[in-house]
Amino acid sequence: MAAFALRRVLLAALVAITVSAIAFGLLYLSGDPVRALAGENATDEVIQRLSQEYGFDRPIGEQFLSWLGRAITGDFGKSIYFNTHVADMIWDRLPITMALGVMALGFAICLSIPLGVLAALRPNTFVDKAALTISLFGQALPNFWFAILLIILFGLTLRWLPISGNSSFAHFILPAVALGYYATPAFMRLIRAEMMDVLASDYIRTARAKGLSTSSVLFKHALRNAIIPVVSLAAVQLGFMLGGSVIIEQVFAIKGLGALAWESISRSDYPVVQALVLVISVIYVGLTLCADLLNAAIDPRLRHGH
Amino acid sequence: MKKLVYGAAASFALATSAMAASGDNTLNIAWKSELTTLDRFNSASPEINIVQHLVFDGLIYRDPDTFKYEPALATSWEFTDDKTLELGLRKGVTFQNGEPFNADDVVATIKYITDPDNPIVTGNNTSWIDSAAKIDDYKVRINLKEPFPAAVEYLAGPIPMYPNEYLASVGKEGFSTKPIGTGPYRVTGSEPGRSITFERNDTYWDGSPKGKPSIGKIVQRTIPDANTQVAELLSGGIDWMWRVPEDQASKLGDVGNVTVQANETMRVGFILFDSSGRAGESPFQKVAVRRAISHAIDRESMSKKLVGGGSRSVHTLCFPLQFGCTDEGAVKYEYSPDKAKKMLAEAGYPEGFEFDIYAFSNRPYTEAVVNYLRAVGVQANLRFQQFPALFKKLQAGEIQAAHMNWGSYGISDVSALTSRFFKGGKTDYAQDKDVQTWIEKADASVNGDERKQLYKKALDRIADQAYALPMFSYVNYLAFSSDLKLPPQADEFPHLYRASWK
Repeated sequence: MAAFALRRVLLAALVAITVSAIAFGLLYLSGDPVRALAGENATDEVIQRLSQEYGFDRPIGEQFLSWLGRAITGDFGKSIYFNTHVADMIWDRLPITMALGVMALGFAICLSIPLGVLAALRPNTFVDKAALTISLFGQALPNFWFAILLIILFGLTLRWLPISGNSSFAHFILPAVALGYYATPAFMRLIRAEMMDVLASDYIRTARAKGLSTSSVLFKHALRNAIIPVVSLAAVQLGFMLGGSVIIEQVFAIKGLGALAWESISRSDYPVVQALVLVISVIYVGLTLCADLLNAAIDPRLRHGH
Repeated sequence: MKKLVYGAAASFALATSAMAASGDNTLNIAWKSELTTLDRFNSASPEINIVQHLVFDGLIYRDPDTFKYEPALATSWEFTDDKTLELGLRKGVTFQNGEPFNADDVVATIKYITDPDNPIVTGNNTSWIDSAAKIDDYKVRINLKEPFPAAVEYLAGPIPMYPNEYLASVGKEGFSTKPIGTGPYRVTGSEPGRSITFERNDTYWDGSPKGKPSIGKIVQRTIPDANTQVAELLSGGIDWMWRVPEDQASKLGDVGNVTVQANETMRVGFILFDSSGRAGESPFQKVAVRRAISHAIDRESMSKKLVGGGSRSVHTLCFPLQFGCTDEGAVKYEYSPDKAKKMLAEAGYPEGFEFDIYAFSNRPYTEAVVNYLRAVGVQANLRFQQFPALFKKLQAGEIQAAHMNWGSYGISDVSALTSRFFKGGKTDYAQDKDVQTWIEKADASVNGDERKQLYKKALDRIADQAYALPMFSYVNYLAFSSDLKLPPQADEFPHLYRASWK
């Protein structure tokens, strides 16, 4: 297990370094980064001063290493447009996006467990197909459109929930549903498959033979075992949701990382884009690593697969 | 299950309490773009003008309806010679932090905006100023680099006064989130890019042409999506929005509790061609191609059907009410796709060609242009970007064609539009020496008739050579709660200090 874990951690570190090199390269996509920093009316002297200040006059390899060094200590430089520290901007917004991601995940799991269990109990019947249809809709509907439908129904017609912003818990409900619905099919199918496996196993037959009630068999014995792989899928899905929040945050005017990414890209605020690419991908790599290790811990076969 | 129901009930309670908040004397407003700074001189976002009207005052006030100049922080102004403007200042005005307003503030503000080591973003609005000097506590002299007759118009526009001591103590960065002015509202809270809270300045100076404000508090939120803004407006989450897309504006007009106001603005749209080949070899270097494109686009029907609300198509590159603007005798390109095709074929492009067209706002307008061009065989690839990114590219000389629009910062003088794009600066893609000379002379002439003649020559040449294709004036649709009283206005940027509840 230790050797496997070490291999996985090393691989994750490699991915992180590759991503950071790409993120660093982003700055040079804008053409001359010093000009971007200096603004449109800058004189040559100002440009030269900034070039020295930010170290753009040094070789590119050296620039990368010093940027990476600073990034590791949490110093991503300053935003071109806000003139504030990028790290502060990210720290400010990370909890918002995380809260949204976790709530969306919670919604996806709450919806897909009952659907998955129902489908597993009555495979290939109307119930199974209905459950699949409900969850498939989530994947098929463009989430910005679904979001607007939610706003019209719950925000305008029924007036149950606030429409935009992130100032209270209630503000997160609609965006979490819009974001989480997309992930439902993946969970639903996994739970269905796992449940069917578990329900066909010997110990369930034994439990039934002992005369335990159906609900006890289902929830105490079967679901408890079927749910383990869901945990590792959840880790990966959370990573996806951080990315998916770009659009949802835009629609619901939530000022999280996704909105920051979108706005910084369209403003060509490269220091912020760099930092976001790095932070989000490191989180993603970290979550995937956790999922791998968890899976391996549960299922010993995986450790020797590679 | 029970817990879930209680949780849901609790969140409903939260939601309804948030909505009820607009019942007090608070005006909730939303706009789309993020303001990166509240320092007027370092933002080119249209919304900064709304902030400026609320938080600051200028030396001179321009009436938003009649465009007449009225005394504001300056009580008198006089050109003592072509390059010297002397102003008497108002006594007894204090900034929102208690700092008294006097000549030192004017001198410090002018110094701040003309400092070559720390150039401001809106430098083009202030490049005519050389320096300012204090004569006594309530008298200042502004020295111009060259004669500049539009000086008063600029001073009445995007040049508000900052407090010298406060600016020195907090610097540009501090000022960007906590600005202080003499205006009718002060900023009491701001989260850059997310929200701004304005509260009424209860000690606002008597005799201001802006009058005493009525509404106690204005809370701004950034809501990027127009549909979400509309939903918020309909549900009472916000009371006011602007720049409503035309299709939504007409639908909102049919809803009972919403007032839609259409104001024609000074903003003019145009397609700028790289006539001088700054971005490399291009078909637009041929005048016949530029003229053909001009014939290919039905500006009249775009103006009527897409923009609506009193928009007019224009034939020269300026807004008809701006000083110096005229289209008398200028070449007018009527809509004729057949002519366009023929001209393209004669110019050596019988099969058309392909190019990138850059745009930054009102995407449907540019999409219509793309369609018109496709009809004559020209493939335009739309490159849509935010304004700061596009403007940088434009200045760097990297753009083949841009669908621009320009609000002239509300300045009712051709020098704020035509001169910006044809006087030889970084945004001059025509590089026409004659036009440059005429405009330079016109900008600096103190003789009104001479200015008009020179601008006319320049505008005629620009139209004849089709360096740019002027499109139409823009209309700003405001949508707000019917409980709100807000007089219509002739200039573009809303004067929210005039708002009151019915």
